[in-house]
Amino acid sequence: MNNFKVELNQVTKYFGRLLVFKDINYSFASGTVNGITGRNGSGKSTLIKIISGLNSASKGKIEYTSNSLQIESENLFSHIGFVAPYLILYGEFSAIENLQYFAKIRGIEFDNDRAKYLLDEFNLYKRRNDLLKGFSSGMLQRMKFIFALQHEPEILFLDEPTSNLDSAGKDKVYEIIETSGKDKLVIVASNDQTDLDLCSNYLNVEQYKSMK
Amino acid sequence: MKSIGVFKKDWASELRTRYAINALAMFILVTISVILFSVGQEVLSPELTGGLLWVVIFFSAMSGLARGFVSEEERGTTLTLHLLAKPFTIFAGKFLFNLILVFLMNIVILILFLGLFNGFAIENWAIMSLAFLFGNVGIAVSSTIIAAIISKANTKGTLYPVLSFPILLPLILILIELTNYAIVGMTISEAFVDLAILIIYDIIMITASFMLFDFIWNE
Repeated sequence: MNNFKVELNQVTKYFGRLLVFKDINYSFASGTVNGITGRNGSGKSTLIKIISGLNSASKGKIEYTSNSLQIESENLFSHIGFVAPYLILYGEFSAIENLQYFAKIRGIEFDNDRAKYLLDEFNLYKRRNDLLKGFSSGMLQRMKFIFALQHEPEILFLDEPTSNLDSAGKDKVYEIIETSGKDKLVIVASNDQTDLDLCSNYLNVEQYKSMK
Repeated sequence: MKSIGVFKKDWASELRTRYAINALAMFILVTISVILFSVGQEVLSPELTGGLLWVVIFFSAMSGLARGFVSEEERGTTLTLHLLAKPFTIFAGKFLFNLILVFLMNIVILILFLGLFNGFAIENWAIMSLAFLFGNVGIAVSSTIIAAIISKANTKGTLYPVLSFPILLPLILILIELTNYAIVGMTISEAFVDLAILIIYDIIMITASFMLFDFIWNE
């Protein structure tokens, strides 16, 4: 098992003068499923974006280590898989073309067998040659999971992972969270109690709102 | 190699969506037609035609080259790119795309000018070729970094020409000067200072753009 650790030290975020959260000290490690909770607008997505290196914190520091080796934040993209409602894939390309271009841009060999396996798992294999702009919102959500899992990342960031999915899709996501949580670091930001029931640790953003 | 992946993705996307190609083709067609109609039977001096050539190229670049980053931002795919590669890779891929596009666009504009404007003849093709080569690199790199800067702004349409003007003006002035040298048949050694300035401009813009892009991309 790859021992991946993410340590948040005094992480604070302001939007202008609006405090989103302050002084978050928390540690995430491989082999756990972690939930980020809080009401709508409390900053769950902002926090998950900051931890995944997509946004920067106003103050504080985040350290990433893999088997005790420090990972620079600019190299983090190759270690993470990310699913969120605001993640948009390329509608002008088919499902398989998207995966081929993603592999090229990541600088990895396109693994046809893995692509086939993932498309099959998410019930999209028959639609692999269709343009994404013709996909329903549930199919696009499944496609985002394929995008996140294509390069076998060590950390999975899942923001509202079951949004737009039918019950079969939700079951597949729960299965992935459970399986990945055994050897990978999984961070789930959600308000859905069923999503959060899969988590072993919780970080409630609401607790980091007040000026201490 | 990863930046080639970004380039290939952008090229395939462009061939399907025609974000930039249609804008560029229409702009070139309309501007050259307007110039031809307004000139009528008059024969323009080669120097004036050389100036008009770069004016058309400057405005064509402004109409089409911002698309690389703006279309990603408008479609919401910027986040996807963030998850795929380092800022350096993204910028190099986008720069390569704009470079190919600007070369194709400017070759078409140059051929149209040579064919449609009587009296526009180049005496020294070596100077013209060097000006064209390094000029296109300068236009491509400047347009790419400006597009990256404005892509996150709300007033993209206004901001692009406003930022382009001071950045591209020195380049266009040098290129007009070098085109005049090529038209009158000066030698490369006589045009050396201007060619050196053009190359230095490119080096500065490429270096500054790659350094600046990290900060633009990460916030």
